[in-house]
Amino acid sequence: MIVAKQKPLSELTAMLDGYRNVLAVGCGTCVTVCFAGGVKEVGILASALRMARRLDGEPMSVAETTVQRQCEAEYIAPLAEGLDEFDAVLSLGCGVGVQTLAERFPGKRVLPALDTAFMGLPTEQGVWEERCQGCGHCVLDITGGICPVSRCAKQLMNGPCGGSQGGMCEVDTDTPCAWQLIWERLAGQGLADRLLEIQPPRDWSTSRDGGPRRIVRDDLRLPPAEDV
Amino acid sequence: MDQISAPAPAAQAPAPVRRFKSGSNLERMLAAGHFAVTAEIGPPKSHDAEVIRRKAALLEGCVDAANITDNQTAVVRLSSIASGAILVGQGLEPVVQMTCRDRNRLAMQSDLLGAAALGIRNVLCLTGDHQSHGNHPGAKNVHDIDSIQMVRMVKEMRDEGLFQCGEEISGGGPPLLIGAAANPFADPFELRVHRLAKKAAAGADFIQTQLVFDMSRFREYMKRVVDLGLHEKVAILAGVGPLKSAGMARHMRDKVPGMVVPDGTVARMEAAVDGVAAEDKQARREAWRAEGIRICIEQIRELREIEGLRGVHIMAIEWEEAVRPIVEGAGLFPRPAPEV
Amino acid sequence: MTATETPFEPRIVAFCCRHCAYAAADLAGTSRLAYPPALKIVELPCTGRVDVLELLRTFEDGVDGLLVAGCLPGRCHYLAGNLHARQRVDYARRWLEDIGLEGERLRMINLSAAMGAQFAELATEMAETIKDLGPSPLGTRQTAGQGLSIGSTPLPGEAVHDHGDGR
Repeated sequence: MIVAKQKPLSELTAMLDGYRNVLAVGCGTCVTVCFAGGVKEVGILASALRMARRLDGEPMSVAETTVQRQCEAEYIAPLAEGLDEFDAVLSLGCGVGVQTLAERFPGKRVLPALDTAFMGLPTEQGVWEERCQGCGHCVLDITGGICPVSRCAKQLMNGPCGGSQGGMCEVDTDTPCAWQLIWERLAGQGLADRLLEIQPPRDWSTSRDGGPRRIVRDDLRLPPAEDV
Repeated sequence: MDQISAPAPAAQAPAPVRRFKSGSNLERMLAAGHFAVTAEIGPPKSHDAEVIRRKAALLEGCVDAANITDNQTAVVRLSSIASGAILVGQGLEPVVQMTCRDRNRLAMQSDLLGAAALGIRNVLCLTGDHQSHGNHPGAKNVHDIDSIQMVRMVKEMRDEGLFQCGEEISGGGPPLLIGAAANPFADPFELRVHRLAKKAAAGADFIQTQLVFDMSRFREYMKRVVDLGLHEKVAILAGVGPLKSAGMARHMRDKVPGMVVPDGTVARMEAAVDGVAAEDKQARREAWRAEGIRICIEQIRELREIEGLRGVHIMAIEWEEAVRPIVEGAGLFPRPAPEV
Repeated sequence: MTATETPFEPRIVAFCCRHCAYAAADLAGTSRLAYPPALKIVELPCTGRVDVLELLRTFEDGVDGLLVAGCLPGRCHYLAGNLHARQRVDYARRWLEDIGLEGERLRMINLSAAMGAQFAELATEMAETIKDLGPSPLGTRQTAGQGLSIGSTPLPGEAVHDHGDGR
């Protein structure tokens, strides 16, 4: 899932300075599951913003709604009705959700309430960890199902750096060294010798370095109108 | 040593035969079978070339080549290549260190060509300390390629005259002796020898290790290295360094990732100031430093007995004055001239 | 609004667990122990039912102070409901401070059903704390005796939208 967390209230009150009537829009998918932007978090944030603004002597109305999936146009289309009454939309979606709203309603100020952090999973209740950076060329087949691109601070492809100690990373001693994990996983599977192969430099053009990425599936596109 | 023989000269005057990969002094010393000595110079956090010249002067005659660190511990310092060029001008051979943290493959190759053009003949390929430990923790790190991929890239540039993309380098590749680092004390221990094997296979000519204090673990490591025959593929130089104080010994033991300092070494440093008045800071400092140099000399003497080891790399951090007494004390002074 | 200044009587809501604090409050009452008159008690099946949203909404509605009263540690009928409540109260207090309200206006206490005297004592202590802090700047202090609505009615400026979900 996409994991996000709410921006500090002070950042949001500064962002919303001057607006009087705001619609807070949550998303029922990833950010609901990571407790950052679902129905309840929209309620908490809206309440907090209303209170903060009342205390500032600049009351602001914050209406609340949550769509099932903020990253698809058809789910946000119904928001068009009644949107005129609001002078800004505060999205509690991920960065994709914010941009989907902004693309669909180009005349409206759409502001982000969350900091979108990573693609990851909950490792225990209340804890989420990154697992994927969407680099566009998965290497999990050679690394025992443990991603060195997202889990090694140096994105090493040929084994651990000299800072791995006691199974932990030099950057943060609470973070396991990805290459220690890879080594243990492959050794456990009797495949440790695979780590002796030198992995060549990566082609990062499939990653963010190639600019915004796009996937086209011709079999799924609508046929050209003239052929229908 | 692999030797690349040039095709027989066609005409009259025999062209100089390129018998060495780089022709560097370090390469010649290793080829001649001498126990090599390198040391480390940390460039200043300023543009003061005099600092480099002063440090270089302290090493002249004591070492076969001097490493120049590249933004060591992720702290911005005078460029390693510029420092290397200053050393070349002074007649002290540099080993320019280059990390994967700060440069992508374009910048690396460009800088390698530049280094060679400035007369630099040795490069040490490193991953680089993480920027979170340095003075720009908010910086974006690069890590386009890793240190093993870098070793291979430099080798292909040098031996095949090819850029990493496969394009030809006009006029041939840069003559650089390729070094890499190894940390026998990081984890997982079993993987450390494999990683050295990968660096050798990628084309490293020499290896400089992390600081060795734990002699028994290092012997175990070297035994595995020799069992795999890696010592014949790559020249291994053990990292050593004088401790400056008991506090430094404890810090390295307790706080530095990938470093093992035995309690016995810490105890020796602590005992060095026995009988010295606590308020006599100067006397304590001198007692500690003298003991640090003594321990380092003893270590080098022990290391020379280890099969497969080809030299030592002395890291006297911000204490380059210590190098000469260490080299002298270890019986490695004066440095022999390479016969070839 | 009367012309004469009436003394500030803090409006405090207590979210009380039915298994302990609610009974303790009852005991305090039947024992004729005095506790603050403007204390409104809301019975919960367990303080684990307490939610950050409800805590904030209650403050938005204008209360001066809020007590969450649960079982003694280790005595929760649902094992850890009171511990969850403690974490949520701590979290909500950080929200209050970010909003600009004093964190002391929200407090968690732990009691057994037999601790009627302690309930009265802690509630009185809370009222004293709130008196020192003064009325909530969010309170719309109108005529005395006006009822307090807790998170039930739509708030001023709060439109209810339900576009797009559940399709």
